[in-house]
Amino acid sequence: MEPKTAIFYVLSAILVAASLRVITAKNPVHAVLFLVLGFFSAGGLWLTLQAEFLAIVLVVVYVGAVMVLFLFVVMMLHIDVERLREGFWSNLPVAIGVGLLMVFEMALVLTGRYFGADALPEPAAAAAGYSNTKEIGRVLFSDYVYPFELASVVLLVAIVAAVALTKRPGKDKKEQNVRKQTAVRSDERLRIVAMPSEKE
Amino acid sequence: MLHQTVQSMFGPGAPLVWALLGIVGIILPLLLCVAYLTFWERKVLGWMQVRIGPNRVGPWGLLQPIADGLKLVFKEIIVPAKANSGLYIIGPAMAFATALAAWAVVPFADGYVVADIDAGVLYLLAMTSMGIYGVIISGWASNSKYAFFGAMRSAAQMVSYEIAMGLALICVLMVSASLNISEIVHGQARGYFAAHGAGILSWNWLPLLPMFVVYLISGLAETNRAPFDVVEGESEIVAGHMVEYSGMAYALFFLAEYANMILVATMTSIFFLGGWLSPVGFLPDGFPWLAGKACFVVFLFLWFRATFPRYRYDQIMRLGWKVFVPLCLVWMLVVGVWMMSPANIWK
Repeated sequence: MEPKTAIFYVLSAILVAASLRVITAKNPVHAVLFLVLGFFSAGGLWLTLQAEFLAIVLVVVYVGAVMVLFLFVVMMLHIDVERLREGFWSNLPVAIGVGLLMVFEMALVLTGRYFGADALPEPAAAAAGYSNTKEIGRVLFSDYVYPFELASVVLLVAIVAAVALTKRPGKDKKEQNVRKQTAVRSDERLRIVAMPSEKE
Repeated sequence: MLHQTVQSMFGPGAPLVWALLGIVGIILPLLLCVAYLTFWERKVLGWMQVRIGPNRVGPWGLLQPIADGLKLVFKEIIVPAKANSGLYIIGPAMAFATALAAWAVVPFADGYVVADIDAGVLYLLAMTSMGIYGVIISGWASNSKYAFFGAMRSAAQMVSYEIAMGLALICVLMVSASLNISEIVHGQARGYFAAHGAGILSWNWLPLLPMFVVYLISGLAETNRAPFDVVEGESEIVAGHMVEYSGMAYALFFLAEYANMILVATMTSIFFLGGWLSPVGFLPDGFPWLAGKACFVVFLFLWFRATFPRYRYDQIMRLGWKVFVPLCLVWMLVVGVWMMSPANIWK
């Protein structure tokens, strides 16, 4: 077996096992960590496709930022595993139906004429000096510049909306004004009073 | 010569052997540096506080780090009864492994790098951003309130300062037009001053001075060093995420912190201080320059620790989000306009 194929199978095996554990793990923190492992293996798989930019960005964005915040939230939640399992059997038929539908859809796509091994041949080996990163940057800022800018505007709106929703002024909200804090002088906070000593 | 010997001995497996040799060649000196950085830190702090510092073990106290290491190796590793034992062990390993893995793309001199990859800066960001898992996992798995507080603080702090760090790097990437770290150093060797024998004025620190400051301070915050060490905050939450650890498990966190310190110092030297380039035209370039610059930045870290009191937590968040991020965004715009104007100095 070629080393590349071996690497593919090892990474895929880890990816599939980790994904399975994401949905079967009893502890939600473990599930999140298996998801991290899944992302990491997927990044490795992309590396074997010579997509180093996308692979590393996957790790930077999902593993390094998104999943950290996810873990942050999941760790603070008090999740009662027993209560989560209560409706398992009653929901099972629906779940099986949805699962079968998804398998059917994936089969439709993967066996179609656009997705087979002959429709998508192995990409030609990149020439020396070819930079995947540069190529993505060029395409992103020339051919796809409007969709790209549109996506960034949508994200910006989402950020502003999130801030506006969480930071509503309320009666009992306390805020620190750093400018006032730093401008404070000692005589505003501390008053020294001259006082003769008192007898008992 | 060594290259040819490896080639003839291992044939097709030579690249693998070569990479392994490179890894060993980086990690062994790095661990030695880490050991002596702890010694140097205690000495510097001692001098700054008019004390002597460690001076009992060996000549001038030079064997102190070895003694400390031996002591930690022989201590028992205690796992708290209700800790999540698997994750409890993985935590320090994650912290240490990511601290070492990032060194793969660091160029020590022209051509002396284990992995000369095009997306080197991204790889570096990916590895440093994964170091936080060690802290969070160990904080959670310890099943202790103080450890958990440390993990929470660390998660918020590192994610915030990563953004400032990344934005500061974007300016560097804009002017060097490459994600390859060696190329970034080469880019700093070009320019009006470099051509006239004063290379030090052509390095990125001068035109990108605000970004240099942002990167340095964010690096300090990323490594949880004073004055940003609320994660450990020994006066409030004892030692944060490492409060339950003992022996080598604790030592791994310690080693990771110092390895990260050296890494941030080296990367600051590479991105802003010209890496292995010589500051003046009549001296040759080479590794000693990089080592000297990194030592200087590490010394700054120790100096800050001896000088500044710890930040309050909300002040840390304010500095990251309300000062550094807007500053980086504005400077990005400035650099963009500068590069498009006739006064562009990075052609």
